[in-house]
This record gives sequence, structure tokens and C-alpha cells, in this order.
Amino acid sequence: MITIQQLQKSFGHQHVLKDINLEIPSGQSIGIVGPNGSGKTTMIKTMLGLVKPDSGTITINNTTLNGNYQYRRNIGYMPQQARYPENMYASELFNFMENLRDEPGEFKDELIEEFNLYSEIEKPLRVLSGGNRQKVGAVLAMMFNPSLLFFDEPTAGLDPRSSFIFKERIRKEKKTGKTILITSHIMSELEQLVENVVFILEGEIRYYGTIGDLLKNNQQDHLEGAIAQMMEGVEV
Amino acid sequence: MTSIYYQIVRNEFQSLLRARWLIGYGLIFLILTDTLFRFSGGGSEVLLSISNMILLFIPLISMLYGILFIYQSRDYLVLLLTQPVNRDTLFWGLFTGISGPLTAAFIAGTALPFIWHGNFAGDTTAQTFLVLGLGAFLTFIFTGLGFVMGLIYFDEKIKGFGYSLMIWLFMAVIYDGLILLLIFLFGDYPIETGVVGLTMLNPIDLARILVLLEFDISALMGYTGAVFNQFLGATKGILTAGFMLALWLALPMWLGLRIFKKKDF
Repeated sequence: MITIQQLQKSFGHQHVLKDINLEIPSGQSIGIVGPNGSGKTTMIKTMLGLVKPDSGTITINNTTLNGNYQYRRNIGYMPQQARYPENMYASELFNFMENLRDEPGEFKDELIEEFNLYSEIEKPLRVLSGGNRQKVGAVLAMMFNPSLLFFDEPTAGLDPRSSFIFKERIRKEKKTGKTILITSHIMSELEQLVENVVFILEGEIRYYGTIGDLLKNNQQDHLEGAIAQMMEGVEV
Repeated sequence: MTSIYYQIVRNEFQSLLRARWLIGYGLIFLILTDTLFRFSGGGSEVLLSISNMILLFIPLISMLYGILFIYQSRDYLVLLLTQPVNRDTLFWGLFTGISGPLTAAFIAGTALPFIWHGNFAGDTTAQTFLVLGLGAFLTFIFTGLGFVMGLIYFDEKIKGFGYSLMIWLFMAVIYDGLILLLIFLFGDYPIETGVVGLTMLNPIDLARILVLLEFDISALMGYTGAVFNQFLGATKGILTAGFMLALWLALPMWLGLRIFKKKDF
């Protein structure tokens, strides 16, 4: 359960988040869409405590964020890009995270196998391709079996096969009742993965509801068309 | 909490060792000290030559490494910050994980030749410890300053590097000259107190003063040192400079921690 109330954030003169209010029940899967620079990543980062809001409150699983950190034990985050320490091996990075959190990576081996990373984890991270590094990021996000999963443009650098594997995994995670947030520019992908969308434009939430309702309201067959229509409607 | 700190430090230490240049850094001090022993006489002379090197290069290397670490570790920092880890613990872990091994490499590289040349114990022991201690202090202070610069200019690497180099140039080279100019211009007025005060603002100068007071060679090591010696005398001078240097040790760490805790990543 995530509750966001009157969230505001500015970077210098740029008012990135303007009064965000959002309530996400447990077990929901949500796609966060909006043009570049609309505040999607910033919103996710405030929930993770990476970005400190100017005002407003965020409550995650009954913990109100206030510089505390234990709540993050229940969150897995996969960032847009991930350049990890160059000299480290992926296997070492996984072990380091396990030691740091003092808990075994429940799904570590399973995920490594699913993403076909066995041959890659015994190489220094700097020699891994961008796609493989993203897979490492996906393993890091999901290996501790957190109840909340945040993915920031997860499939942007993945080849079709890896992207397919990734989506299969998401479906599996969904079935176990996890709350899943995905930002993406690929609308067809979101249609496959999530039931709800949050549409953010210029730091404000313009729509929050099911994809079905959105399509009906805008008389469109596909999410892409509906979102494009909403973007056009406001920009002119 | 302690185990999280320990894990972070251990991980940094392993990465540094694997990067191998840390060993090279220690080796440079080793070769330098050993060579100085072979070409000059006793421990005192060697120590003086080394302290000149230390005052110039440790601040530069430490600050550049501190800022480079921040710039290289952006995504890694995000990964660590999204774990159930306190920002305080994370900062101290990263900071000591970087500055600790740097200090260790310097101390090992410098102290070993002293031991095998049989100069570690004896008349110069206090001086040896002073020089090693100053090197350690400067490493911590300037790694801290590097962290601070990297965090302030997080998205502007060129600015960060540029300002860091300017800080180094100013503190290591220009400062003493400026004070000299000041004394030259206003020598007719009683400005000693002011000069001593100004000296306190530069950790490299403070370290320089400690060296010259301990080695009792005011004339050799810059004008500010001479004024300091005249004004405060040896014992009081060493205590004052030592205290100020300790304050300087705390300042970059405190500042770095403050910025790190407030920063948006």
C-alpha cells in the first residue's frame, strides 16, 4: 500500500512534481506513463528516498517516509541505467548485497538461470553489455523477494528474447500478489503487463485508473492512441 | 549497523586492491623513501624530503581520488541508497573505505624503508610518527574535500575537477606566496596575529608549520612558518597547529555528511 499526499518537488526553477496525490493498493500493477521530463522517475525516486520532497507525505506499508530506511527492505528497484563498480564481478555484487542486507537472495539462482546469466556473472561488470548489465539490475531488484517492485524503463535495452523473459517474470511476480510499478514508453508492453495506468504530465497526475476505462473514455482501441490523444489535448 | 558499515568498507577495500593502482601508490612512497635513504644521510634529512613531497602530492592525489570516486560511482550509490541502509552509515562506510586504504598504502610505503634501514626507532622516532601522522591527516582531509566537491558538483564534472584543482593549487602553492605579499605590503603594521590567523585556514600550511616546528628549521619552509614560530614558540605552536589541524580533519567529513544526507540522487 502506497499513499502519496500533496507531493511537491522542485529542482532549482524547475517545478518537477506539482501536488501529486496517489493511492496504490497492495497487489496492484501500474504503468506510469508520460512524456520525457514529466516527473515519472522523480516520483519513483521520492518513494525510494533517493530524492527528498519539498513538501507532502509518502506512506509505504504503514511507514511514513522521514529519512528512515528499513521500509526499503520491501522494495526492489531497477533503475533506467546501471553502471556498477567496474572491477567487481556480478556474482560478487550479488554476494555483497546479500551480506549488506544480511539476508539470502531467495530468488538469486532462479533469476540468474531465467535470464541466462550464468556465463556472465563471473566476468568483471565493465565488460558486460548494456543489456546484460540491465539483467543484473533486474536480478538485484527481484532477488530478495520484495513486496513492492519499481521498474524504470526496464526493457529499453533488452533484446526481444530477454524482454520476453523479463515480462514472463513480471507476470509471475504479479501472480504472487506484488505491487508493481513500471515506467515505460512502450505502450504495447504496458498493455501486456499492467491493469492500471497513471498518466503524468508536467508534474501532475492527469489520469489514474484502469486501462479499460481509459480506452473507453477516449474511444480508442489501444493504449498508445489514448495516451497520444491525452498528450495532444493538453499541449495545444 | 556495524555490520553494514563493515560490509561497505570491506567491499571498497577489495575494489581498491583489485584496481591495483593503490599498490602502485604505496610503491611510489616505498621507492621514494628507499632512494632517499640511499642518497642522503640520516633519518631527519629523509623525513624532511618526504614531508615536502607529502605536503605537495598527498592533497592532490587524495582530493582527485575522492572526487573521481563520487563521479564513477553514481549508479552504484543509487544501488546502495535503495537498500535498507542508513545514509549516515553509508557515508562513513564509503568515506573510510576510500581514505583508509589510501592512508594505509602511504604509511606502509613510507614506514617500511625506515624499518629496513634501521631508522624507525631512535632519535627521530617522534619526527617519523609526526610525518606519518600528517600524511594520514592530509589524506583524510583531502579525500573528504574531494567527496564534498564531487557531491556539490554532482552533475558538473568539469567544474568539480576544475575547482578541486584550483583549491589544491591555492592551498599547496599560492597561499604562502600571498601571505608573503601581504607581509611585504603591510610589513610596517603589526599584522602577525592576522598572519597566524590566516595560516590556520590552510591545512597544508598547518602541516608545514608542524614539520618545521618539530624539525626546528623555520628558515627552510616558507614564511608563514617563520612567523608562526616567532609568534607562538615551539610548544605552544605545535599544540595550536595540531588542534587546528584536528578541526580541519572534522570539517570536510562534517560538510560531506551534511550534503550527502540532504542530496537528491
